[in-house]
Amino acid sequence: MSARPQPLVVGAGPAGIRAAAALVAAGLRPLVVDEAPACGGQIYRQRLVQDGRSTKDLYGSEAGKAERLHAAFAALDGHIDYWPQALLWNLRDGTADIAVAGTSRRVAYDGLILATGATDRVLPVPGWTLPGVFTLGGSQVSLKAQGCAIGSRVVFAGSGPLLYLVAWQYMKAGVEVAAVLDAAPATAKLNLIRAVPLDAGIVLRGARFVAELRLRGVAIRTGVEGLRFEGEGRVSGVAWREGGRERRLACDGVGYGLALRSETQLADLAGCTFRFDDRDRAWLPTRDVAGRSSVAGVYLAGDGAGIAGADAAERAGERAALALLEDRGLAVDRARVVALETELARIGRLRDVLEAAFPFPAHWAGAIDDSITLCRCEGITAGAVREAAKHFDIGEINRLKAVSRVGMGRCQGRICAAASAEVLAAATGKPIDGVGRLRAQAPVKPIPLALQLAADRSEDAA
Amino acid sequence: MSRHLDIDVAIVGGGLVGSSAALALRNMGFDVALLDKGFCGAQASGVNYGGVRRQGRPREQLPLSQRAHAVWPRLKELIGIDGEFLRSGHLKLARSEADMASLEAYAAEVADQGLDLELIGHNGLRERFPWIDGSILGASLCAGDGHANPRLVSAGFASAARRAGVHVLENTPVAGITRNGEGFALEAGTGTTLTAAIVINSAGAWADRFAADFGEPVPLTRIYPSMIVTEPLPPVMTVNIGIEGGGIYARQVERGNCVVGGERALPLADPDFSRPRGDGALAIMNRTAEVFPALRHAQAIRFWSGTEAAMPDRNPVIGFSGTTPGLIHAFGFTGAGFQIAPGVGEVLAELVRDGRTSTPIEAFSISRFSRPATSRPDQHRTSHGSGADQPPEPHNRGAHS
Repeated sequence: MSARPQPLVVGAGPAGIRAAAALVAAGLRPLVVDEAPACGGQIYRQRLVQDGRSTKDLYGSEAGKAERLHAAFAALDGHIDYWPQALLWNLRDGTADIAVAGTSRRVAYDGLILATGATDRVLPVPGWTLPGVFTLGGSQVSLKAQGCAIGSRVVFAGSGPLLYLVAWQYMKAGVEVAAVLDAAPATAKLNLIRAVPLDAGIVLRGARFVAELRLRGVAIRTGVEGLRFEGEGRVSGVAWREGGRERRLACDGVGYGLALRSETQLADLAGCTFRFDDRDRAWLPTRDVAGRSSVAGVYLAGDGAGIAGADAAERAGERAALALLEDRGLAVDRARVVALETELARIGRLRDVLEAAFPFPAHWAGAIDDSITLCRCEGITAGAVREAAKHFDIGEINRLKAVSRVGMGRCQGRICAAASAEVLAAATGKPIDGVGRLRAQAPVKPIPLALQLAADRSEDAA
Repeated sequence: MSRHLDIDVAIVGGGLVGSSAALALRNMGFDVALLDKGFCGAQASGVNYGGVRRQGRPREQLPLSQRAHAVWPRLKELIGIDGEFLRSGHLKLARSEADMASLEAYAAEVADQGLDLELIGHNGLRERFPWIDGSILGASLCAGDGHANPRLVSAGFASAARRAGVHVLENTPVAGITRNGEGFALEAGTGTTLTAAIVINSAGAWADRFAADFGEPVPLTRIYPSMIVTEPLPPVMTVNIGIEGGGIYARQVERGNCVVGGERALPLADPDFSRPRGDGALAIMNRTAEVFPALRHAQAIRFWSGTEAAMPDRNPVIGFSGTTPGLIHAFGFTGAGFQIAPGVGEVLAELVRDGRTSTPIEAFSISRFSRPATSRPDQHRTSHGSGADQPPEPHNRGAHS
């Protein structure tokens, strides 16, 4: 048994699929582990049952990319091991603990590509926990995978490119979109002119979404402040301030989000070094242009390593796999490496522009009322967090967690950590990178106490 | 940024022992600095299981443990918060006749110490604690014991000390301590220097190097407890649970989460940090589901570990240095420091003020480790930094609560 363990690819979205394909092309047989029942990740998520909708209905202008990616993964059948609906809950020293099909398996790996994706970033506003209020990503998943709208008259609010995309998708699906409420001032969108030479297509597509929404009479408001969701028992309206005036709209569903945040817990458990990234306003695992982390044999690709979108994820996944091959002393196509890195650099410049066009409203954090729930799992309000920081004289996020329980619940801070750090920074007058980074602990998501360790794999670590 | 403090007492290590000593000394009127290389209460004091337990301690610890027992209900008055202290009782389970015999022998041995232990047979257990699996044969109940939230209690003592006027210096690793005439000179991180008449070494898993620098090497090793916590659940566990002979220990907090410890974790590349092993955590979880059938369908949401100092005889080191006047040690609690720490703080304050204490601590003297041939070095100077050290192998699994 001198054979090296197989490489492990975590995530079967655009980055994970392209990574697995590149490994297979070089003659390796990776294990691909994914939480979803089918490949595609969030962006190219597949519906659970056939419902008569075409890929064009599901993915719009990105249908071609989705079809190519799904087909590429299908072509790997027989050349990879693929565990869908599997949760990688712990990582250490070349061994992964994976809950799959009712048991937990210990898997030794040689080479790890983390393509763990992203989730919505939110800052709490009044009413954000009301039934009927979804994240933008959640709204999209509901429509894409389940064919369900989150309401019959829906408002989309927040910031980020997803705001307009999801609103447009809902409109196309026949749902009444009451308004799009953009936290950014209208002038921020002027930055998009700089994006034209980098990717004219994406700018035109965005412009088309806005034009078509307007044409259908959807109100598009910018520079929105004081956003709040109202209702008794469930959401029945949205209120906000705009140019000093109070406004209000009735609705029965809200999609809200402030761009995306990377899922970095596994990189943390793998021992990767982190740095604060100004563009994402988040702590991210460090990586070189190829996706090598600070830990030998651990590679990072896709939105899980920093928000860059699906096109970048496909290229970063492939590039990370090529890095793994290079590090094993295997031949790689240098021209392909150069092409991928050139494309990734271009998309990186595009992300700078998009961030300026869809800025994160960091100033909202200081304005979160003391009564608002910050940590939904543990029911901790912003006021309790501020009081704990003051009472214990705390200016560091892990210490804040210890004394206030914020980020200590079922989601382990995946939802509330970004907001908690913003509130702590605002309360203590520190810069956001001065309050530290919430350390990840296994299990990265809840696992049953009765989960049994499987003893069926010969390559199990001793 | 340079800063100098001239104080009465410098306390190295801001865990529960150091911070409770700091508060007690400040309340006696001393000028005190509390130094920590990181954040106060962020190591063993803040991440331990949270058992407030006298039952099961060796007889020589019980006077000190009883002294601490009187402090716990007064937390609110002492530090402004109750630390979620619950006098729930501590129930130690026997899985076999031999284990039950051990519990009986212990109860007889400490009968004069005021723990008021109650031995409970199988039928009594089924009747009073039906949520414990029927395979458990019997148990010993110490009704006055309980549990508390270590994250709050440790940070609470440090912040109370700060409010009382203690100079609390966090992120301030002590680089060197020098004997300086009648007192000590300390060099700390970021250009801070201190002179103090008395130094208390309460540096936990990092205390051995300070002791060694004053000619008192100790056989301190590091242990890494392994904890899991469930999602919040309806009330199930009415007492803090231990198991004779080890295995797991478990409590349910008011919020509803069940905290369960057992096994040992492993240090990371930086041995100041550690993490539970995946298979070890699964073993704890599975055993929890067996002993507490009501938790069979619960989810574990987080694991954690911490770095604790252990001594080979499982007793701490508490008391004056054998080599250096003015130096006091208090470390090496071997996974059982949480309950007695507030009592230790009082004892340390008495040692500083009176040169002696009313509580017997002879068994914890550092001299028990001194080899006859050891000569006292001429130079009392340390040079180490913030704590990277070769980790000793963790102990085998054992009771830890």
